[in-house]
Amino acid sequence: MSLQVTAMVLKVFFPSCCSSADSGILIGRWISEQNSAVVLAVVHFPFIPVQVKQYLGEVQRVTKVSVSVLGSWSNSKQEKEESLSEFLEDLGTIFCHEPWIQISKEGDSKFWSCSILQKHSKNPQEEEIILVYYDQRKVMLSHLHPPLDTAGQRAEDASKLSAIFDTVARSQVLFMTDRYDEGPIKLTHWQSDGVEASIIVELLKQASVPACMLLTFLLSLLSGICRSRVLKFWPLSFLWSKLSTCEQLGHRLQHLQVISSNKKAQNQNQLMRKANIFVSLLIDVALGILLMSWLYRKNRIGQLADTLIPVADHVAEELQDLLQWLMGAPAGLKMNRALDQVLGRFFLYHIHLWISYIHLLSPFIEMILWYVGLSACLGLTVALCILSDIVALLTFHIYCFYVYGARLYCLKIYGLSSLWRLFRGKKWNVLRQRVDSCSYDLDQLFIGTLLFTILLFLLPTTALYYLVFTLLRLLVVIVQGIIHLVVDLIDSLPLYSLILRLCRSYRLAGESLSSAPAALQAFCIMCLILVHWVTPELRMQWG
Amino acid sequence: MAEQRRFLSAAGVPIALRRRQHSASCRELAVRGPRLQLRSLSAVTSAVWLAAYGLFALSENSMVLSAAIFITLIGLIIYLHFVKIDQESLLVIGSLGIQVTSSYASGKESTTFIEMAQVKDVVINEAIHMQKVIYYLCILLQDPEDPQGVSEVVPLFQSSKPRLDCLIEVYKSCQEILEQRKTVPQSNEIK
Repeated sequence: MSLQVTAMVLKVFFPSCCSSADSGILIGRWISEQNSAVVLAVVHFPFIPVQVKQYLGEVQRVTKVSVSVLGSWSNSKQEKEESLSEFLEDLGTIFCHEPWIQISKEGDSKFWSCSILQKHSKNPQEEEIILVYYDQRKVMLSHLHPPLDTAGQRAEDASKLSAIFDTVARSQVLFMTDRYDEGPIKLTHWQSDGVEASIIVELLKQASVPACMLLTFLLSLLSGICRSRVLKFWPLSFLWSKLSTCEQLGHRLQHLQVISSNKKAQNQNQLMRKANIFVSLLIDVALGILLMSWLYRKNRIGQLADTLIPVADHVAEELQDLLQWLMGAPAGLKMNRALDQVLGRFFLYHIHLWISYIHLLSPFIEMILWYVGLSACLGLTVALCILSDIVALLTFHIYCFYVYGARLYCLKIYGLSSLWRLFRGKKWNVLRQRVDSCSYDLDQLFIGTLLFTILLFLLPTTALYYLVFTLLRLLVVIVQGIIHLVVDLIDSLPLYSLILRLCRSYRLAGESLSSAPAALQAFCIMCLILVHWVTPELRMQWG
Repeated sequence: MAEQRRFLSAAGVPIALRRRQHSASCRELAVRGPRLQLRSLSAVTSAVWLAAYGLFALSENSMVLSAAIFITLIGLIIYLHFVKIDQESLLVIGSLGIQVTSSYASGKESTTFIEMAQVKDVVINEAIHMQKVIYYLCILLQDPEDPQGVSEVVPLFQSSKPRLDCLIEVYKSCQEILEQRKTVPQSNEIK
């Protein structure tokens, strides 16, 4: 089969920083599958061709990018010189490259001329040339790289432009020499006026290694203490599992371990994850210290402690009123007087115990609050978790009431269902896990029916107590739920990716910001769930 | 070479189509909508301020007037920067890709670039929009797994909504360039 040579369009990607450079030769990469040339830099006169070839060979070895001389660039301030153009054509014979690209710009003219020299083509045709300007810095920094670790067939489907981005990104070594370096080769590229670096970034990089080591050592000590046998005994381990503060502290410890590990991030995802955790920790601690400075000013802790006892008293009074209401004729329903009185008196005694306990603790509350407030410097999330735990502890009696009411109701329902089966002459077969018919004795039937009737008529009373205490418990759970929602939000929002997207979106060009939209979606869903939780409670208040 | 023709949009508003041919394989097509009219701007502003003055007369609170001024200003800025699209253009470069640009009245430009390898075809489709059936031009993107499948449909000229006669002009220009890539084999391999 013969070669099909047709008028294929030639694409030349030219860096915008080289448009004002002096005459020289163009070096870069020729991608033959796409018929495109990516110009990376301009090498100025005078140069020795052997040294240029050596330099290119070194760059090729280091970056694994096939860099070669692509053509010539002439930027003449005066009229076009004939000798210069011949000289540039002769260069094409020294650095043999097919095709030899010649770009020239005259004086202040806006128009450039771009031509191709094809020496070995059989039928030379007029090829159309497309010149694309690109901003080298942004192309290098944007992470539009083809996936290197997928199977071979996928690499062909990868977008063609990503090969261009990849070429520029991998030639970072080429951009490290600037014009102040004493070398045989003088290049012009985006960093040729001086390599870009930030003192702060360099200092941070130097300081980060010993800081990481110190942090790792401290963290290993801490985790050793946490894992010791002393803390695993039954009452303590139960307590740790119930307190959300300990859970949050453990979570943060894990995060710190991820950041302070000595291994560099393998790929982009891990790097972003580390950066997100770091920014989240920083913001957390900053907000916590802000909260602490606000709390400890003007004796706010004392004010808080002073209002705590009256609030607890007020809640207890409200509960007592509620129980008195239930013991009477709540909402016009007629309750069983005896059971009502028993349950009501039982719960009232409970509240009385609780109030005396709170009053016992009242002189120490301010001191406890003061010391606990100090832990806010570990982060706003820790402070919020402590708040949630304090709410749980203060409403412990509501939790107890809920448990009693639920147990009673549960027993009653089980009893009722089993006696209902007896009433109909059936029995629950545990082996076969189904309902079987059974013949009972007369005395069994008699007692069973009696008990069934008693339980049935006592049902409204227990059900009402159960309903009221479940709603109260739901209220407390909602408050705790909101606090935990905020804590989870601070923990998991990828702030670094979001800020990067807003400020320097080219750095996240090809990447799927899969974490950020997912986090935002999760946030919206959580808000919706919250609204659905809260509205029944609000309706209850208004109704 | 550039030429400009006047057409009507789907809503009856006059729009202008400008075609420029930069080279044999590069075309630029721009649809320009009407500018913000002074009379509609004054009508909206007067309506808002009359309503604010009525509220002020009822409530005797001067904050209503300052709030109305703020709302008008901020509303105008938001409208110019995020809503009002002046010009939508399509730049087709054979063998490189298609670039779709929307320029807003405040000068903001939002650009999308689609590589030629991902473009399957440019077609005119029908759609039901509110109570009308309108024609729109769209780019069909290739599904990487299935060579016959379409992975995505990118509609063009969504805010100016030109009618069929304008769309046919744009369609013909695009197809001239897209056909070139079919007659040119993708590489110079020796088979």
